[in-house]
Amino acid sequence: MSIGAEAVAAKGWLGAHKWLLARRVSQFGILTLFLLGPLAGIWIVKGNLTFSYTLDVLPLTDPYILLQSLLTRHLPEMKAFVGAAIVLAFYLLVGGRVFCSWVCPVNLVTDAASWLRERIGIKGGAHVSRATRYWILAMTLVLALATGTLAWELVNPVSMFHRGVIFGIGAAWAVILAVFLFDLFVMKDGWCGHLCPAGAFYSLLGKVSLVRTAAVKRAACNDCMDCFAVCPEPQVIRPALKGIDGAGPVILAANCTNCGRCIDVCSKDVFAFGTRFGNKAENISSQAQNMAPATCK
Amino acid sequence: MTEADKPKKASAVAQARRQFLLDSARMACGVGLLGIGIGLYAKQAKALPPLALRPPGASAEKDFLGACVRCGLCVRDCPYDILSLAKPEEPVATGTPYFVARQLPCEMCDDIPCVKACPTGALDHKLTDINKAKMGLAVLVDHENCLNYLGLRCDICHRVCPVIDKAITLEQQLNPRTGKHALFIPVVHADACTGCGKCEKACPLPVAAIKVYPTELARGEPGKHYRLGWVEKEKAGGSLVAPDLEHRYNLPEGLRYESGRGFVPGSDAAPAVPGTQPAAPTALQGGKL
Repeated sequence: MSIGAEAVAAKGWLGAHKWLLARRVSQFGILTLFLLGPLAGIWIVKGNLTFSYTLDVLPLTDPYILLQSLLTRHLPEMKAFVGAAIVLAFYLLVGGRVFCSWVCPVNLVTDAASWLRERIGIKGGAHVSRATRYWILAMTLVLALATGTLAWELVNPVSMFHRGVIFGIGAAWAVILAVFLFDLFVMKDGWCGHLCPAGAFYSLLGKVSLVRTAAVKRAACNDCMDCFAVCPEPQVIRPALKGIDGAGPVILAANCTNCGRCIDVCSKDVFAFGTRFGNKAENISSQAQNMAPATCK
Repeated sequence: MTEADKPKKASAVAQARRQFLLDSARMACGVGLLGIGIGLYAKQAKALPPLALRPPGASAEKDFLGACVRCGLCVRDCPYDILSLAKPEEPVATGTPYFVARQLPCEMCDDIPCVKACPTGALDHKLTDINKAKMGLAVLVDHENCLNYLGLRCDICHRVCPVIDKAITLEQQLNPRTGKHALFIPVVHADACTGCGKCEKACPLPVAAIKVYPTELARGEPGKHYRLGWVEKEKAGGSLVAPDLEHRYNLPEGLRYESGRGFVPGSDAAPAVPGTQPAAPTALQGGKL
């Protein structure tokens, strides 16, 4: 049975896709806001994801690029700092990697690759640690420091794609195609899940961010494994769902993107959005404790 | 734990440590290789190609590439749409704003909206007078094809210049070919040229004889120790080296020299009376030089 079929049977197609749809609305909505200006002359948002100016009042700066710029020993204008503070506050609230799953346009590409991979049954591929992204993040920061330029921006597929859609794509389509094919044939969730330093940067905010996905009804889990199959960062689920080492039901792992796919595909409605607080181990861990003496005997 | 387990545990720790070091080395080397590649590419990208010009207020190229976040707000706020963000295949650093004077020169708006739009100061907000902009420097590169050099009165670069008679002047010379006509040579003055590119755009030749280059390409530089005598003299209000003595001539008896008249009968100008002239530096008083 395909992933999520059980959920569709239990909740209906719409019920099993509502967060996915919401996410697509968010991703395309943001792109539309950026495109309304150049295409229709309606200037609500100017700029791109590195810096944008909304209705000539709201500055939004990508804190990751601001950090790189500071490392090149340039001191930006106050507007850039204000924009970065707003963005930081927002993602500390809704979840660091919410950027990845709800905003970043490359997610559309890699989700498409992931979907096609599943559809045509491509299994396996290259193995690279998911920690690679932190090494690449460090490398980009060292590059900024060493070259005195925003060197990563010369090749960064994320900003290249978003800028390309709004200001003219040029040869950036080839880079995006390469990311798609890499995810399709070389590595499952390769770019977003293993390599992207922007995702790595936002995951650092995810270590403390407020809104979290939680396996609130984990006792109801029937081990169908659909959430693991659909999750782009499946390693984040297990501790919370299975109560490993007495873990509570809230997914505290920094790389959960709050995409909500696990909520959608679960026929038992185990998952829900909540906050990181009140993360008390109950149900499963108490069961485990009850079972523990039995195994000793 | 029994005594026998201890060495086992120790070897497991050593194994884990070994694995950790190996994993770290693998990451550092793999990612480092990628970093070196990008770093070398970034070094190449610091060289701005000669025909690409930065918007007004842009800092020197190497600083600009750290300051500009490639947001494109300057592009959006340019009322004449002359700016574009470099695409990855173009020879300008990816995503940074530039214009090509021969296609669309800067119109030098009084309020400089591109600079105001810049959120990071990559375009310096201290630039408030567009006439002080230094986007580049016009250079009359081709003396052999420039129509004015050939003796024609083209003068177009001079006439379209927004800083006319300051950034470009026409210097009159004798035309040595005919011996009786004048050449009006366009001369660019770096202190007034903003690098807007209007001259390059307007040059009527199929390929412009006057071009605007990024300043570091267009400009020479005098030796740091060079002093221009006539400038220093004016600054000091008098000669710094030798006293301003009237030139004295060693003429035959009964003749003297008058400026404008030449030799005239009469005695030589009265010799300088010692003590009435400022003392010459010791080097000039018979001392060794």
